[in-house]
Amino acid sequence: MKLDSGLENSSSIFLGGCSGLEADFSAPPSFDLPITNDFDGWQKKSVQMVKPARGTTTLAFIFKEGVMVAADSRASMGGYISSQSVKKIIEINPYMLGTMAGGAADCQFWHRNLGVKCRLHELANKRRISVTGASKLLANILYSYRGMGLSVGTMIAGWDEKGPGLYYVDSEGGRLKGTRFSVGSGSPYAYGVLDNGFLSFFGNFSYIYYVGPDGWKKMSGDDVGELHYSYYPVVPSVVEQEMTEVPVA
Amino acid sequence: MECVFGMVCDGFVLVAADTSAVNSILVHKSDEDKIMVLDSHKLLGASGESGDRVQFTEYIQKNVSLYQFRNGIPLTTAATANFTRGELATALRKNPYSVNLLLAGYDKETGPSLYYIDYIASCHKVEKGAFGYGAYFSLSMMDRHYRSGMSLEEATDLAEKCIVEIRSRLVVAPPNFVIKIVDKDGARVHKWVDSIKDEGAAAVAAALAAA
Repeated sequence: MKLDSGLENSSSIFLGGCSGLEADFSAPPSFDLPITNDFDGWQKKSVQMVKPARGTTTLAFIFKEGVMVAADSRASMGGYISSQSVKKIIEINPYMLGTMAGGAADCQFWHRNLGVKCRLHELANKRRISVTGASKLLANILYSYRGMGLSVGTMIAGWDEKGPGLYYVDSEGGRLKGTRFSVGSGSPYAYGVLDNGFLSFFGNFSYIYYVGPDGWKKMSGDDVGELHYSYYPVVPSVVEQEMTEVPVA
Repeated sequence: MECVFGMVCDGFVLVAADTSAVNSILVHKSDEDKIMVLDSHKLLGASGESGDRVQFTEYIQKNVSLYQFRNGIPLTTAATANFTRGELATALRKNPYSVNLLLAGYDKETGPSLYYIDYIASCHKVEKGAFGYGAYFSLSMMDRHYRSGMSLEEATDLAEKCIVEIRSRLVVAPPNFVIKIVDKDGARVHKWVDSIKDEGAAAVAAALAAA
C-alpha cells in the first residue's frame, strides 16, 4: 500500500490485462455482471468516479494558538484504491502528531517506533520530549537507513515547553523546522491555497487536528463529498430556455 | 539552485549562501540557514543534499567542540579544514556524503582564512570560492571585482553584486540569501538579502515571542 508522496508520475489506471490471470485456463473465473444495459458506459463512469484527485495531501501549519494538522484519507496500490478511510494523522502521544505520506507501512511502523521512544524519554526524564527532539530522533533513524528504500514523508507537529512546534522529516534524511508544510503528491496544490491562508482537502474524508497547550484535539473527520456541498451549496440553476411541445392545432 | 560563496578580506572572511530548502520543483522553505557557526571563530557554509548537509556539518561541529573540551584549546582553521577533509576522504570509499563546504575562520596567529572543501575530499586554501549553480556567476564576478584587503563595505557590496547577478541570470535563482562574517570578534550574521518575505512565518514568530 502506498500513499503517493512525491511528484513522480505514478502509473495510470488500467483495468484490463493482468498477466498473472492469463495462464489460468482450466477454470474460467466467473462473477456477476452489474445490472446495466450499457456496460461500457457503466465501466467508464466507474473509472471516472475513482480516477481524479488521487494521491496524498497532508498539511500542517502553526498559528497563534497552536498547530493545525490536516490530511486526506486515501490509500492506493498503484491504480487500485485500497482504502478510503486511512488515518494518515498518527497520534504519537497526547501532545504530538505525525502525518504520513509515502509508504504506509514505513510511516506507520516508524511513527509507532517514535511513539515508543518518546514514551521512554518521558519515563526516563519525567518530562515530555520536545518536538525538536522527537523529530530529530525520527530523522536520525531515517538517515541511518537512507538509500535502503524507505519511503517516508512526514510532519511532526506538537506542543512542548516552548509552545507549538512543526518539523518536516523525510526518508532522504532531511529535517526542516518551519511554520507551514505540506507533504505528498498533492502538496503543490495545498501550498497554493495554504500560502494564501485557505485550506482544501482531497480524498473521501479529511481529518483535522488541532494541537494546543492541552494536547491534540480531533476537530473533524468529514466526508469530503458532504464537505464540498457545505462549501459550495447547490443553487438551483435558472432555466434560460425551455422547449415546449408545439400545441397541436 | 544552491549558491554558496565566500571571500577573504581585510581582517575578516565573508561567506554568503542562499536560504532555500528545495525538493524537486517544490520550495519547502526560504529561510533555511546553510552557514553553520562552527565555533566562536569559524563558519561552515555547506551545499548538498539536505540530509547529508545537516548530518555532516553537525558531526564536524560536535567533533571540533569535543577537541576543545579534551585539550582546552580550539582547533585552528587549518586543522579543522584538514580534519573535515579527512572525514570526507574516509567516507568517500564507504558511503560518501554529498556535501561541498566553504570553511571560513579567524585565528590570532594567521588571521582570516578560507578553505574550499568538496565532496570528493579535495581541500584548498583560497582567497575566494564558490559552490553550486550560483558559482558560475559569482566566480566571474569575484574574478573581476575582488582584490585582496577589501573593507567590510566593499565586500558587502561585492557579495550583493554577486547575488544580483545570480538573481538576474540564473533560471532557478533562489530568492533569499544570508551573509555571515567572521573576524577577530567572532562569527556572526552580517545581513539577510531577502527578495521575498514570509509574512506568515514572521507573524507566527512575533506571536510566539509575545506569548
